Amino acid sequence: MTTTVSDAALAGSTGEARPSWSRAALTFLRRRPLGTVGIAIVLVMFVAGALADVIAPYDPEENDFSAMMEAPSWAHLLGTDQLGRDIFSRLVFGARTAMIVGFSAAFVGSAIGLVLGVASAYFGGWFDLLFQRVLDVMMAFPLIILALAVVAVFGTGVFNVILAITIPLIPRCGRVVRASALAVREIPYVDAARALGFSHARVVLRHMVPNVVAPFLIMLSAFVGQAILAEASLSYLGLGVQEPVPAWGLMLQGGAEEYATTAPWIAVFPGLAIMLAVLGISLFGDALRDALDPKLRDR
Amino acid sequence: MHRYVVKRLLLAVPTLLGAAALVFVLLRLVPGDVCVIRLGSGGAHVDPAAVAACRETLGLDDPWPVQFLDFLWNYISLDFGNSMWSGNPVAHEIAVRLPVSLQIAILATIIAILFAIPLGTISALRENTWLDHAVRVIAIAGIATPSFWLGIMSLVLVLDITYLATGKAWMPPIDYVPLWQDPVRNLSMVLLPALTVGYRYSAVTMRLTRSAMLEVMREDYIRTARSKGLLEQIIVNRHALKNALLPVVTLIGIEFAFLIGGLVVTEQVFNLNGIGRLLVLAVQNQDNTLTQALVMLIVATFVFTNLVVDLLYAWLDPRIRFS
Amino acid sequence: MYVRTAATCIGLGVAAIAIAAGPAGAQTPKRGGTLTYMIPADSPPSFDGHRETTFATVHSAAPFYSVLIRVPPDNPASTTEFVCDLCTEMPEPTDGGKTYTFKIRPDVKFHDGSKLTAKDVAASWQKIVFPPEGVTSARVSYYAMVDKIEAPDDSTVVFRLKYPTTAFLPALADPFTWIYKKEIIDKDPHWYQKNIMGSGPFKFVSYDIGQSIKGTRNPDYYHKGKPYLDGFVGIYAAKQSVRVEAMRADRAAMEFRGVPPSARDELVKEGGKEIVVQDSDWNCGNIITPNHKKKPFDDVRVRRALMLAVDQWKGAQALSKIAIVRSVGGIVFPGSPLAATKEELQQIAGYWPDIEKSRAEAKRLLKEAGAEGLSFELTNRNVDQPYKFVGTWLIGEWKKIGLNVEQKVLPTGPWFQAMRSGSFDVVVDANCQSVVNPVLDTGKYLPQSVYPESYGGYEDPKSVELYQKMLRETDPKAQRVAMRAYEKHTLDTMAHAIVTPYWYRIIPMQSYVKGWKISPSHYLNQDLANIWLDK
Repeated sequence: MTTTVSDAALAGSTGEARPSWSRAALTFLRRRPLGTVGIAIVLVMFVAGALADVIAPYDPEENDFSAMMEAPSWAHLLGTDQLGRDIFSRLVFGARTAMIVGFSAAFVGSAIGLVLGVASAYFGGWFDLLFQRVLDVMMAFPLIILALAVVAVFGTGVFNVILAITIPLIPRCGRVVRASALAVREIPYVDAARALGFSHARVVLRHMVPNVVAPFLIMLSAFVGQAILAEASLSYLGLGVQEPVPAWGLMLQGGAEEYATTAPWIAVFPGLAIMLAVLGISLFGDALRDALDPKLRDR
Repeated sequence: MHRYVVKRLLLAVPTLLGAAALVFVLLRLVPGDVCVIRLGSGGAHVDPAAVAACRETLGLDDPWPVQFLDFLWNYISLDFGNSMWSGNPVAHEIAVRLPVSLQIAILATIIAILFAIPLGTISALRENTWLDHAVRVIAIAGIATPSFWLGIMSLVLVLDITYLATGKAWMPPIDYVPLWQDPVRNLSMVLLPALTVGYRYSAVTMRLTRSAMLEVMREDYIRTARSKGLLEQIIVNRHALKNALLPVVTLIGIEFAFLIGGLVVTEQVFNLNGIGRLLVLAVQNQDNTLTQALVMLIVATFVFTNLVVDLLYAWLDPRIRFS
Repeated sequence: MYVRTAATCIGLGVAAIAIAAGPAGAQTPKRGGTLTYMIPADSPPSFDGHRETTFATVHSAAPFYSVLIRVPPDNPASTTEFVCDLCTEMPEPTDGGKTYTFKIRPDVKFHDGSKLTAKDVAASWQKIVFPPEGVTSARVSYYAMVDKIEAPDDSTVVFRLKYPTTAFLPALADPFTWIYKKEIIDKDPHWYQKNIMGSGPFKFVSYDIGQSIKGTRNPDYYHKGKPYLDGFVGIYAAKQSVRVEAMRADRAAMEFRGVPPSARDELVKEGGKEIVVQDSDWNCGNIITPNHKKKPFDDVRVRRALMLAVDQWKGAQALSKIAIVRSVGGIVFPGSPLAATKEELQQIAGYWPDIEKSRAEAKRLLKEAGAEGLSFELTNRNVDQPYKFVGTWLIGEWKKIGLNVEQKVLPTGPWFQAMRSGSFDVVVDANCQSVVNPVLDTGKYLPQSVYPESYGGYEDPKSVELYQKMLRETDPKAQRVAMRAYEKHTLDTMAHAIVTPYWYRIIPMQSYVKGWKISPSHYLNQDLANIWLDK
């Protein structure tokens, strides 16, 4: 009887007894100081983004012509930009934009890549062949160039920027997941599940997907960083998020270069914010990789 | 081996074809055209009759399939067409810009290798010490820093520091002279951009060197060598590094191909007349023939580098070519 | 340091000219030296001025060519005075203002050594006004009044018009109308796109595509004693920061388009006496056009509300510190005698002196039209200065009457396409002209059926009627009155568009550059013949 063999039993065949979450977390903190720093940075960013309305002292989009390009002071912690907007407030709200762009592009991109990658490995045949060729084509384009083309077609704005970054991420994820999934496919329990008459969807989702989760999560963390950087580059070329939306990359465009000498705070702080955020996410990703899969260490 | 080479070469064909189709369609989905931009760029006046005549001359009114077949056929016969913007042969437009980009790419690669391999190795050998942590943070910071920001900041710093020191701001030359004509002028122009690009490049390489070294150092033959009582230095230099470098070389190869694309932003910052800036310009002007040629050049470089790397691997590891 | 003379208050015309501090008295020009300047573009699409519309072509190639008439090089700011370049004297029109006869100088040689005659002048103008099949001329519509161009002998060129108009001479002084050699354009009308051969003050030396263009002194130049320079190098750099940095480090002496005040201040602060500045109102402006074909912008109350919400006077003051805009104006360039005075402007919606009253009225109109809290997209061009600054400013202003506006920025091509196809809510458009010619320049506000580059999507017979009346009026006073009526109808009654503050041209340069004078257009006075270096 098929029903007597539970999914858990099948999946559990590779599992082992795990320590409690709190203990695992503690071990992680102790063993991986850099990872902890990373988590701290990511947390700060999350809090800033989530509570931006509470934290930011000013409206990030409000022009104040009586306070243009003011140096950092108690009134404006990080100074003001060319339109008199408070840079600290724009940075705090910018964290929200970065999270929205970074996380949605990374999540959607890798989720689609995950499904396609696993499906491709599972079904094989012409679907896999075709999928591989499509991957080859898309991978041959540097990320920024594909993103540039997508924005050229669809125009700028938060949604289109997310779209432009998501599309090039799909094949990057698809390829890695497919490779891992191929390896999993060779393991007998997948055949066993098929033999037991489970549906394709069920086998893929319940048995193959969980087993490619480790490389997937690692990639996801790398993608968030890449997405934030890509957004910054697009904005620098004038093709990203648009004024007056507070976004870090956008804050480096136009004004930043013009005023880099006379009002350096306009250029320095957003750049630092991007650097710190991506640094934090990468450190966290490294630590995650070490913890999840020692064999993949620091690849 | 021959069969493997043929198979790999054949596989490159659909990739190039697919890339050609993708870039072709994307470019034609963009609203507007080169004629409107050109005739309206003064901001004053766009004469509809002139636009129509211009479209006619450039063949923009032909149906897509006709244009696409033309495009493919011309490429097969190695005719890359004329730029829709300047009317010059595309090959000429690119050839003029290639030296700067290539020079920066090569210089950045040299910088990457010089820093990455020693630092990555040391980091691996001193795993989990403060030195290791420091190297890793520097490396991750290199990946985390937007390279255009680094470029802007370093250029401004050079100007500000020279101003403070001498009372007269100094910056690198802004018109390119080939290396063999005036090496000092040439190098002072390309060094800063090469460093900016090279930092990220070397950061990526450094991380890979470290992990490859870590993996190799755990291999059995290293343990054997140790048990034989060989000096650590010899183990590292003779055995470990040599094996660890294979994936590193691969990465350097692939990154080099991508570097050309990555120059898009850096060349903007430093106003370098290279192919990255040309690409942005071609996209802006909706110069389809030029954009197609540049994208195909980048894609072909990537495909070709991959091919060479794969063949190299197959040659080194017989298991691959027979599987 | 720089000192501005008079007229620094907003709304006045071109008057502000910088004078170097110290002994600025009468200096005799010195011969020699090479001028290095920046060209704020990547490279011109071609060298054919007849075909192109971009300043990149002018800044690259104008020094190689002669023109028939031009604005005076020693007073290029004049909006009414024109002088001869190739002709011997400015003609008085005959035949009731319909015939202009020019005598051509006998002493002009092309750079290939051949003599330039009236035949060359007439052939070049034929190509500009009546381009042969397959040849693009960008300015055909400027010369709609021209009936015939003839060269009865080697020293005479005659222009015959269909009707007399004050718009003819300014159009004839267009800086793109270079004189080519007849023999060459007869053989190949496209030859001048990629080649350079003129009769101007400089001879072509070399062109590094995307990098630089070089010229050397023409020893046979017909304006005796000129040019002063031995040669010039123009370096292409589209990025403003690079150009400013190049001037900081004296890698280049100047650029001819214009930089924002912040860049000027930086250069002046650091360079001290080594930097001088010239500035002027600019015959360019951004026009904000609502799409009359889209609801609710078909409602004049909504369009008026958009105008009334904007504090032009305060905004111009603030923006002039960071962007290349400055003077509040109506549909006519503020420096022209046809322009509205400040008092006249303040009668028009959107220019009221009391902004609170104006915004209250805007809110009332929105409420009445049922468009309170309206959300829409502002389509803009991917150009920082001043497009995006203007767009961001407006969004802030509109927020103050409860409007929620998102900025959509498009590269040049899609931006044009959006305007031409009417796929926008409200768009930041521009009107940028060379020779100040308000009669033609204000055609931009006519309906699209009459003027193809008007993108509001409206029909308005009344507007056409008012414009025609103004166009055919030859008495200056009556023309000014007619212009006021047309302006009031366009901006106040119908609220077809919002005119944002006119651009302001600021040219900082190394103090050793002498002899160049600013004009209200970056297309004008670019042949470099008057420039000399005091080194």
